[in-house]
This record gives sequence, structure tokens and C-alpha cells, in this order.
Amino acid sequence: MEIIKTHYNRRSFLKVSAAAGGGLMIGFNWLMSCAPSDEKGTLAMPDEWFDINAYLKIGNNGVVTIYSPNPEIGQNVKTAMPMIVAEELDVDWGNVLVEQAPLNTIKYKRQLAGGSQSIRQEWKTLRIAGATARRMLMEAAAQKWQVPVSELTTDKGVIKNASGKTLGYGEVASQAVSVEIPEEVQLKDAKDFKIIGKPTKNVDNKKVYTGQPLFGLDIKREGMLIAMIAHAPAFGMRPKSVDDSAARNMPGIKDVFTITTLPDGIEPQWSDVNAFKELVVVVGDNTWNVMQAKKALKIEWEATSELMSTEGYEKALSDLLEKKADKPARMDGNPDEVFKKAAKIVERTYSAPFLAHNTMEPMNFFAHVTADGAELLGPIQTPEQLRTTTAAVLGLPQEKVTVGMTRQGGGFGRRLYGHFGVEAAVIAKYVNAPIKLVYTREDDMTQGTYRPAYKVKYQAAIDKNNNLVGIKIRGAGIHESPVFANRFPAGAVDHYLVENHSLDSNISTGAWRAPRSNFMAIAEQSFLDEVAEAVGKDPIDFRLELLDRAATKPVGERNDYDAARYAGVLKLVREKSGWDEKKDGVHRGVSAYFCHNSYVAQVLDVVMKNSKPVVQKVWCAVDCGIVVNPEGAKNQLEGGIVDGLGHTMYSEMTFKDGKPDQNNFHNYKLIRNSEAPLEIECFFVENGIDPTGLGEPGLPPAGAALANALYAATGKRLSTQPFAKSELAIITM
Amino acid sequence: MASFNLKINKKKYTVEADPNMPLLWALRDVIGLTGTKFGCGIAQCGACTVHLNGDAVRSCSLPISAVGDGEVVTIEGLSENGDHPVQKAWEEVDVMQCGYCQSGQIMSAAALLEKNPNPSDEEISSAMNGNICRCGTYVRIREAVKKAATLK
Repeated sequence: MEIIKTHYNRRSFLKVSAAAGGGLMIGFNWLMSCAPSDEKGTLAMPDEWFDINAYLKIGNNGVVTIYSPNPEIGQNVKTAMPMIVAEELDVDWGNVLVEQAPLNTIKYKRQLAGGSQSIRQEWKTLRIAGATARRMLMEAAAQKWQVPVSELTTDKGVIKNASGKTLGYGEVASQAVSVEIPEEVQLKDAKDFKIIGKPTKNVDNKKVYTGQPLFGLDIKREGMLIAMIAHAPAFGMRPKSVDDSAARNMPGIKDVFTITTLPDGIEPQWSDVNAFKELVVVVGDNTWNVMQAKKALKIEWEATSELMSTEGYEKALSDLLEKKADKPARMDGNPDEVFKKAAKIVERTYSAPFLAHNTMEPMNFFAHVTADGAELLGPIQTPEQLRTTTAAVLGLPQEKVTVGMTRQGGGFGRRLYGHFGVEAAVIAKYVNAPIKLVYTREDDMTQGTYRPAYKVKYQAAIDKNNNLVGIKIRGAGIHESPVFANRFPAGAVDHYLVENHSLDSNISTGAWRAPRSNFMAIAEQSFLDEVAEAVGKDPIDFRLELLDRAATKPVGERNDYDAARYAGVLKLVREKSGWDEKKDGVHRGVSAYFCHNSYVAQVLDVVMKNSKPVVQKVWCAVDCGIVVNPEGAKNQLEGGIVDGLGHTMYSEMTFKDGKPDQNNFHNYKLIRNSEAPLEIECFFVENGIDPTGLGEPGLPPAGAALANALYAATGKRLSTQPFAKSELAIITM
Repeated sequence: MASFNLKINKKKYTVEADPNMPLLWALRDVIGLTGTKFGCGIAQCGACTVHLNGDAVRSCSLPISAVGDGEVVTIEGLSENGDHPVQKAWEEVDVMQCGYCQSGQIMSAAALLEKNPNPSDEEISSAMNGNICRCGTYVRIREAVKKAATLK
């Protein structure tokens, strides 16, 4: 049992005196406070709620509401985070309701969805919140019974004393709110977990499957208008003149005007990435009418900077791959020397295009700005950053801006960049009415914060004894090199060189599910397969030898991975997939990658059907420490695999004179049902280590496992994404 | 502007709107049924799928003037208590991640099973191919369709 200091900021503990009675609701609104979120809808509502702390309140009938602090973008933290609180509170999960908390930087620490960090970074905080509440309830019961608290035990929301008497949490909740917050609490032993580790269904299943309003686009308020924006058709352009005479006179249109969302003098934050700050806005009574008026706008655009085309930046990136960097990002040993002496050199260049995020729910946000302040509500991964920028742009103090989070129709990094929320606020202030800003799919896809286009050249030096002795990696990308200098196989190879180049562009880029890893895993793990073949070794044996070297006699000072855990997932996937038994007609590929603090290895089987490859099965072995919700975890991994395979195979954004060539799903292909693997099976390493996240780590290895299986099937090494375009002759799933 | 009498989820609604307004926006903005989702506006993603006389149709590309006296069913009207076999199967299999595409997926699946109570794997994939899920829940969607076929 772990005893832990609570370290509570007193202000963060919302306490309601028993006399004050019912629930004190601060900042909870429409979407969050209405219906209970239970699966069955059968929980009886209490007459009174007692706020125990920022994470939970308890009803007088024992029903518990747990607030989920972080944005829910499909990574299922709205189920997993409350599970952790409920575990330490020691309640029956069936008695728990879950509500999305709005932004509150006093109560909560890190309300951000990004980097697969929600569970990892909040693990302790959530446990302490539950354990502290449990302790306060026990103390309230101890006072009532006049017995020492050490004689009490709890189980499923019921406190029991030494003589066998019991009190439900609901019966002591009113007293518990006035108990002194304990300075330290005991956390459960993992062996005593009843909720953590148990497959638990998504708390919003019922609402989603019956079509209840949950998402940003579903917001409706009294007097609310719909706003849409027109942005320049090309990166590097701005509006020069606007003829809105036709649009203004169309049915339902209230106003047409131009806004600047981030005026000069406001220092942008990292989350303010956006290429189009001058926008033409149409406001009207419904979405369809506004769409029609938007089409009737006559806007003249002017170029203010270079209009880039795919051909141009592709060549510039290729040129960079031929250029030595001024300073290596990492160098071990003497790479030039071993390459000179090498008996064999393996070399391959990998490339990948820009990608759009394409969350199924296009960007949107609700805003209402009055003399009293601004209310924002919608899908956002970075509510705190949105509040900061909005306050600055509107000239309001932070405390006058509230940000609420709806359920979000996907994130994948796109909603880290909240310009659409700022735009909504600026528009709402201008029209002096509540508005919902709605992007069309075209608006969404043609002004992304795209995954940058990347290239990387890998070279391996093999000596006369057929040993891998040196590796050189040179990366280039738009705005950033994709290469992580200190990731595997750094640390496993004596002579190692990493060089990075980047290329400036006015095409906006940002984090896209597993940034950089989503490309590097495919390049690195395809290349290691090729090197394994060149040295005549089994691909898994070869990787395990390198990992053994990194564990026992690491090269260099800094290697950003745990070689033993890395090897662990490879061994697990080898065992589960029956890697060592070859099957006729089945072509296998393996891949392993570590990113966002979790380790994932995959084996992918391809069979040829009518001379077309079909992904028959993917085995996925994972080390993310303790698995909070195995059902949600598996879902994330399956989705990551499908998403990874799909983008590797099919998707790309290209540009001509700054203008995106793709603007909707007829010309931007996403993977579809019939192209997904027939079966995916996931396995977890059990080691009791504190949990890490899974929103991203499942995705990166998938493309490489596919590339390696397709090599086994066809004898062709695929290195240019999307595979379906560059190697169409052989790939149609 | 014109007036249209629509039959949605067994209720009658009179909608005053542009005859070209797609059913999707009449449902979402005028009638206030937001379970049917906007994804692409060009009948490519399936998020807006509803039933028109039992067929799965893309409401984003169906003008209200073309609905006539057809019976429209949306996700809100698929069952009284959210207990249609497809909805139950979706819960049992715990299909969704972000959930945004799932009402369209459920409507496509329900229309498929109405016509073909025991679809093969190929028939399921083929019927569900018009519904994009960026989260990648396709494997669970197939499993849930199969499960729904066994529930009554």
C-alpha cells in the first residue's frame, strides 16, 4: 500500500457546507449538466449532491458523479480517467455518472488532449482525488460511530466498522464535506484493483448510438446564428477585395464582413498555428442559407508570399538529403570511416506526403460575447490555450472567458490549434449575438495544420563478417526534420550519424497523430528489415540482437528508450503470432516502435487474393504498463492500426501554386471498411508499471509491418507513400 | 422558400425552406434532430445516413423537395428506447471511439440487415463501405453487424 502526500491546493478543493445543501454548479452548462451519463439510464437521481472535491460529488442516495477533466476526442479518457477516481474512491462503477468538466485551471492541472499523456500524467492526481474523498467519507463515518477511522473498511461505496455496522457513502456525504482534507492518503495495491484492469464500456455509448446532442456541431442556443468563413484558396494569399452585394441579399443572411483573427501586437502561442488570419465571414439563420451566400461571394485574392507546389518542395527536400548538415544531431564513433571500409552498404530513401487530419466532425465552435465576458463551447484539445488567445484578442481578462468542451468528433492533433475558437469569438463580438462557426469539409481540408511532407535517407554499413557496424540517417521535412536522434537503433550501433534539415513554407503544419513517429516508424522499421535480410538474419532475431546490445553495452550517453521493454513486446508478438512457424501462402511482416512512452510490436499477415494483397490478420503486442481499461485500450490499438495502414496506403495532400489539390473525400482517400484488416488481436505485457497512453502508439508501426509483409509477398520494397499511388500495379487492398 | 410536409420518425413536420435545402440541414437546423451528422456534404462519407422508405440514403445530398411523402427515419427514430438490435450490438461490441460517424454507420447497418438478415463478410463490408470512420473502428463495426444479425 502506498502512502502519498495529497499536496492539495486548498483553493482546488471545492467544499460545500452541509447547510448549503444541493449541488454547487460552477461553470457547468447545457451539454454537461443535463442528463446523467449512465449506460442504462436507470440510476435514481439523488435529492442532494455533495461536492467532495474537484473530481467528484456524491448524492445522498450514494450515486457518484465523477468529472472527467480532459478533452474527449475519441481516445476514451472520459471513461478511463473516471475509472481511476472510482477505483480509489472504492465505489461500484454501476453507481457512477460521468460529466465532462469545463476548463478550470484552478481545479485541474493539465486539461489538454495531446501526446497520449492524459492517463500517464494524471494517473496519480486521479488516484489521490478518489483516495482523499474515500478517506473523508470514512472519517465522517468514524465521527458518527465514535470509533477510530483505522477500524473501518470500505467496499463498493459502503463503509463497515469492526462490529459489522455499515453506512453508505450517500449517508455520510453531507458530513464528509466538512471533514478536514487529509494531508496524506493511502493508495490501493494494484492487486486490489476492482475497476482498473476490467474491460469497461464507453460511458457515452448510449447517447451516441441514439443520436443525442453531444458534439460541438450539435449546439443550439436561443437566438444563435450560424457563421461560416471564406479563407484564401491558396497558402500565401489574402483577400484583396470583396464584392458581397449578391450574398447580402440572399435569404436568411444577416451580415457579411471581413475579420482579422490575430491582430498585430498579439504574441502567438504554439497553439495559434494558422495560415489564414484574414477571413470573409457570412452570418445567417441556418447552415444551408449561409453556405449558399458564401458561394455567391465575389472575392479577389492577392499573393503575399511564395505559392508553393508539390513538385518544388519535393525537389527541395530531395536536394537537402544530399547536403551535409552543419552540425550532426547525433554522432557515435566514426561513421565515415566504417562506411569507407564497409563490405556492403544498404541504402534507401523514404518519403511521405502532407496529410490532412480529417476529423469526421469538421472544425466548429460556439461563442457568445457580451459586456460581461465571453462564453466559448465546442471541440478543442487545448482549452487553456484557446482561452489565453481569445482573452488577448478580445481584450478581456482571462477570468472573463469561459471555455467548455463538448464531445469531439475526432482530434488527431487538429484541434490543438484552436484558431476556429478565436474566430468564433471575434465573429460573435462583431455581430453581438451567440453564433456557431461551422467549417465545411472543404474549409477544413484546405486550411489544415497538416502532417508535414517528410523524407529520410537511411544507410547501413555492413562489415566483411556480415555485422551491422554503422548507420547514417539524414532527414528533411517541411518546418522540421522527422528524425529523432536518440531513438532506436541509436545506442545499438557503434558508428551512428544523424543529420537534420528543415524547409520553410507558408503551408501550415502541426501535430498529426503520433507526430514524426507516424513517418519514422515506417522508414526505420522497413529499413531494419532490409538490413536484416542483408546480414542474413530473421527480422525479429536481428532486432532483438540490437536491443540486447543496447541493454547490455549501450553506445552513447543518451538513448531515449528502455531496451528491455522494447524487446519484451517483440518477444510477445513473436510468441502470439506464431512467427517461427511459416505458413504457405501467408506473407508476414514485423515492426516495433516506441513512442509517447509506450512500446508496440506488430506482426501483419498478407495473403494474395486474385493477385491482390489482403491484410488477413494483425497481432499487436503492447507495453503501456498497467492497462486501465482493456476494452478501450484494444479499441485504440485497433483504430491506430487501421488508421496507420490507411494513411500509408492511400492518403495525401498535394499543392499547385499554394492551392491544395484535394478538398473533400472524393479526391482525398481515407481507408474504408473493406480495406481494413480482417482481424486484429492485441496482447499486453503485464508488469505493474504506472500506465502510459495509447492514443498514438498503435499507429506508427502498422505501415512498416505492411511494407515488410508486402515485400515478403511481392519482392518489392515500398518506400514512397502513399503506397497505392506509387506502386499501384501491385497494391490494391 | 416553399413549404414541405415531411414524415420523420412517424411524426409530421412542416418545414419552410429553400427547396434545394438538403434533408440533412432541414433535420439539423430547422427540425432540431442533430443525431444525423454533417461530414462532407457530397455523399462521400456516410455520416448523414438516414432511411428513406427503408433505404439508406445520404441526407446531405437529398433536397427536401425530393423527399415527397416518403417515410424518413433518423437515428433518433430507429427505436423507441435505443434498443434496436443494431444499437444493442454496437453497445455490446463497444464500437465507437470519437463516435461522430457512428449514427451513420448504425443507419447503414440497420438498412442492410432489414434487407439481408444474414449477410456474409463480403456483403457487410460492401454495404458499410460508404461510411468512413477516421478512428478506424471498422473491425468492430463488422463484428457488431454480425452480432446484430443474431439479436432480435
